[in-house]
Amino acid sequence: MSAEPSVTPPAGAAPATPATPVRRLVVVGASLAGLRAVEAARRAGYDGALTLVGAEEHLPYDRPPLSKAFLDVDGARGADTVMTFRTEEQLRDELGVDLRLGSPATGLDTDAREVLVGDERIPYDGLVIATGSVPRWLPGTDPADDGPVGGVTQLRTLDDARTVRTALEAGARLVVVGAGFIGSEVASAARKRGLPVTVVEALDLPLTRSIGPEVGAVCAELHRAAGTDLRLGVGVAGLETEVGAAAGAAPAPGGAGRRVTGVRLDDGTVLPADLVVLGIGVRPATAWLEGSGVPLHEGDRGVVVDATLATGVPGVYAAGDVAHVANPLYDDEHHRLEHWTNAADHGGAAARHLLDPAAARPVETVPYFWSDWYDHRLQFVGTPRADEVRVVADDRASDGGFVALYRRADRVVGALVLDRPRDVMKLRRRIADRGPWDEAVEHVVTTPPRAKR
Amino acid sequence: MKIVAALDTCEGLGMCEAMAPDFFEVGDDGVVEVLDDSPGEEHRTDLAAAVDACPVLALTLQG
Repeated sequence: MSAEPSVTPPAGAAPATPATPVRRLVVVGASLAGLRAVEAARRAGYDGALTLVGAEEHLPYDRPPLSKAFLDVDGARGADTVMTFRTEEQLRDELGVDLRLGSPATGLDTDAREVLVGDERIPYDGLVIATGSVPRWLPGTDPADDGPVGGVTQLRTLDDARTVRTALEAGARLVVVGAGFIGSEVASAARKRGLPVTVVEALDLPLTRSIGPEVGAVCAELHRAAGTDLRLGVGVAGLETEVGAAAGAAPAPGGAGRRVTGVRLDDGTVLPADLVVLGIGVRPATAWLEGSGVPLHEGDRGVVVDATLATGVPGVYAAGDVAHVANPLYDDEHHRLEHWTNAADHGGAAARHLLDPAAARPVETVPYFWSDWYDHRLQFVGTPRADEVRVVADDRASDGGFVALYRRADRVVGALVLDRPRDVMKLRRRIADRGPWDEAVEHVVTTPPRAKR
Repeated sequence: MKIVAALDTCEGLGMCEAMAPDFFEVGDDGVVEVLDDSPGEEHRTDLAAAVDACPVLALTLQG
């Protein structure tokens, strides 16, 4: 691996590098963005102290499979393991990382330049904030308030995924609250096992915010075609619970206390349930930054950064799910993305920029995510904020997939692709190049998938 | 230098194609096709980026 090229600042420019180079780099958040940050720091030649602080006990691991292959019934893919990107030895010995796992950061002192982990203070002169996001609870279900309710969970961590899988193996009747990506993937896994599944969504269509109503209707059909009972436009009024586990019921993740028996809807319906998975969105994990001086977004309390991921607080950068960033590709529109690729891109960029601010460049990403539903693959590139969403190919009847494009003025800015994997990166390139709308439409129309053998 | 793609691991997510479109293309079957598996040394940086970007660690560079 070659070293990063050195960058000479233009003559006469003010030196943007810190007067004293970084010698104590602390990365808070030991998932993908944090891992990429420590890797990039070493790759850039940084040889000072490097500390990785993580809330979970686990080594950095890959989250997307938790709601996909990890829940599958068959073979090795259903094993009780998930991919860790690097071994502990690689992290400690090869990358020289001081690993602090199972120790969530509790505060930040930007004057003293110390990260607080309980009673411990970890000094830094460079800090990457990569604490990600935490799922929301329904009112009355947050274990921190009322104690856990057995059979009610979110799906964010490996431990959550084990809870879900155990319940599915026991034949749970599943109710998913929220027809977003995570919830829909869990529904897919349960239907593959032949279990009864109901998905409850407060809005009239799934995914209206993330991909728009036109495509939300297509997603609704995927659920129904797979035998999932999709209830749209109805909210959850509360949970039905009982004390102690019923005989033959799925094990209660919350233990011997209350456990769920059903979900009560706004319209009075009660859906019987052994497992309730909440997929009602996340919030940035930034409670530990309140009052620290790091700028937090007035809406969702994400960390506000510039296009180079700098917070404006000396030496402090943010990466991944937490970061509200202006994207030059979309007229400097601010967004906060909860995507694997965003976390990977940001983590490396934040570390490189922190170590060498003079060489920092705006991070111009084309957002990209994927989701697996009932043997179908959805892929989205770009932004759904558009003047027009047009379905330009719909060959679902012949298993030929579906493509919708998103237009702003005369540019293509986004694409939703169902079961046409060859198109995705070609459309992403057009979006990155600020390509013309007409040519993108023509590309989709004139390059249908080759017939399946 | 040789590109090796583990086709049983590949999920066709296309990050390699995003990084190095001259060398990788996801096909209609949702699996990557390596367009030129013995690239010149001048492409090492791009190819290393493509290997690192694979979400399922299906790619390696040998030599």
